[in-house]
Amino acid sequence: MKFKRVSIILLVTILSVTILFGCKTKDSDAPGDDAVVDTQPKEKVELLVSAAASLTDVMGELKEEYKAVGPETDLNFTFGSSGSLQAQIEEGAPVDIFMSAAQKQMTALKEGSLMLDDTIKTLLVNKVVLIIPKDSDLKISSFEDLGDKDIKKVAIGDPGNVPVGQYSEEIFAHLDLKDKIKSKLVLGNDVRSVLTWVENGEVDCGIVYATDAFTTDKVTIVTEAPDGSHKEVTYPVGVVKDSKHPDESKAFLDFLSTEKAASIFKKYGFSMK
Amino acid sequence: MDYSPLLISLKVSITATFITFLIGIYVAYLVTKLNKFKGLIDGVLTLPLVLPPTVVGFFLLVSLGKNSIVGKYLALYDKSVVFSLTAAVVASTVVSLPLMYRTTRGAFEQLDRDIIHVAKTLGLSEHKIFLKIMLPNSFPSIMAGTVLAFARALGEFGATIMVAGNIPGKTQTMSVAVYTAVQAGNRHLAYKWVLVMAVISFVAMIIMNRFDKNQFAKVRKAVS
Repeated sequence: MKFKRVSIILLVTILSVTILFGCKTKDSDAPGDDAVVDTQPKEKVELLVSAAASLTDVMGELKEEYKAVGPETDLNFTFGSSGSLQAQIEEGAPVDIFMSAAQKQMTALKEGSLMLDDTIKTLLVNKVVLIIPKDSDLKISSFEDLGDKDIKKVAIGDPGNVPVGQYSEEIFAHLDLKDKIKSKLVLGNDVRSVLTWVENGEVDCGIVYATDAFTTDKVTIVTEAPDGSHKEVTYPVGVVKDSKHPDESKAFLDFLSTEKAASIFKKYGFSMK
Repeated sequence: MDYSPLLISLKVSITATFITFLIGIYVAYLVTKLNKFKGLIDGVLTLPLVLPPTVVGFFLLVSLGKNSIVGKYLALYDKSVVFSLTAAVVASTVVSLPLMYRTTRGAFEQLDRDIIHVAKTLGLSEHKIFLKIMLPNSFPSIMAGTVLAFARALGEFGATIMVAGNIPGKTQTMSVAVYTAVQAGNRHLAYKWVLVMAVISFVAMIIMNRFDKNQFAKVRKAVS
């Protein structure tokens, strides 16, 4: 029967593919839980860094950079939202370093005595910025200009559930713009959609994090939000208490505060604390 | 482009499908035989299908984490499931099992009771009835269920990122790679993975349709 033959061929293919992949991993990258140490002259230390998703790009570059500084340390990253990273650490995920995008999660872990308290520090600041499309010919130079009648649509994150939207509202309240701007607001359900709208010119301007604005060349940053107009957006970092390599972890955190690392962070739109 | 998410995805989903295949058929067989508690057990087995994957993931994280029985036992050997490839396989298996189980159970229940009764009167053992009568007669549905389970396992995101994390080169599957690429603002990479996933899923659907067609062809032949 033709049908039977087809299914047998399929089965054989699937099985052989499985075997192929199975073999390949064993020589190339032995998973951490197998704990098979390669016979290398120097014993390598593997660190797992749980980092907020917004750090994805910059950590990739820092990882390359760190190869020269700490050649004995192998860095692995896992990226996710700070809240789920917190839950994973609470459930004993084998994490060495936690880099959160907000203080709340770090504080919770600290209170649960899951962190090495003296290693916790605030490393980065993310600025809130006003952006316009690259080819925009609107005359706009500050947040106050948002009240002008030439500006018809302003995209911000939904203040109900997007943090940057809440900061945007704080800025409007601080500058006393709330009433003038109310009818112009377009709410995005995350910061990326705000960015996309501005990139495509669907709105006149938008409010996003500096790091978002740095990911594209289709927008121009008009200005940063004035100091004290909103709660500061900070990234705390620290070593997890259960880390098996606290010294190497601390060394990596120290590296993140160096001039070299700072220049890379700046390239991606972060400011150092 | 780093192809590790593709390899990891295939590895995880093929392993998960294999496990789902065995457990799904066995459980479907058991449930068809059951008289009491059928609804309850059916509900428990179908739960991962109706619950949001992140809820399933959180549940798995808690039940496999260091405070759980499993986690404590593994800790004795200095091992942990969370953030490993095993965790990704467990997540994919749990979410794809209901699809396999439901399809297979449906096929078992629609089998002509008379054939089974005849086999019984002719003295065939339960075991043989299962292997020689129930399985071959439900084959197209079982294959369709397998393909569905594979597609679901391949696309699994919510539960995977919870228990297996998002470690590039280790536990980062294609779906998780898409999420990371979008978060990092890397549109091109996201498009590429979306394309790869769409192609694989599409091929899976074509294979499934083939099985369906064969099933109908068989029925038609039997009728005429």
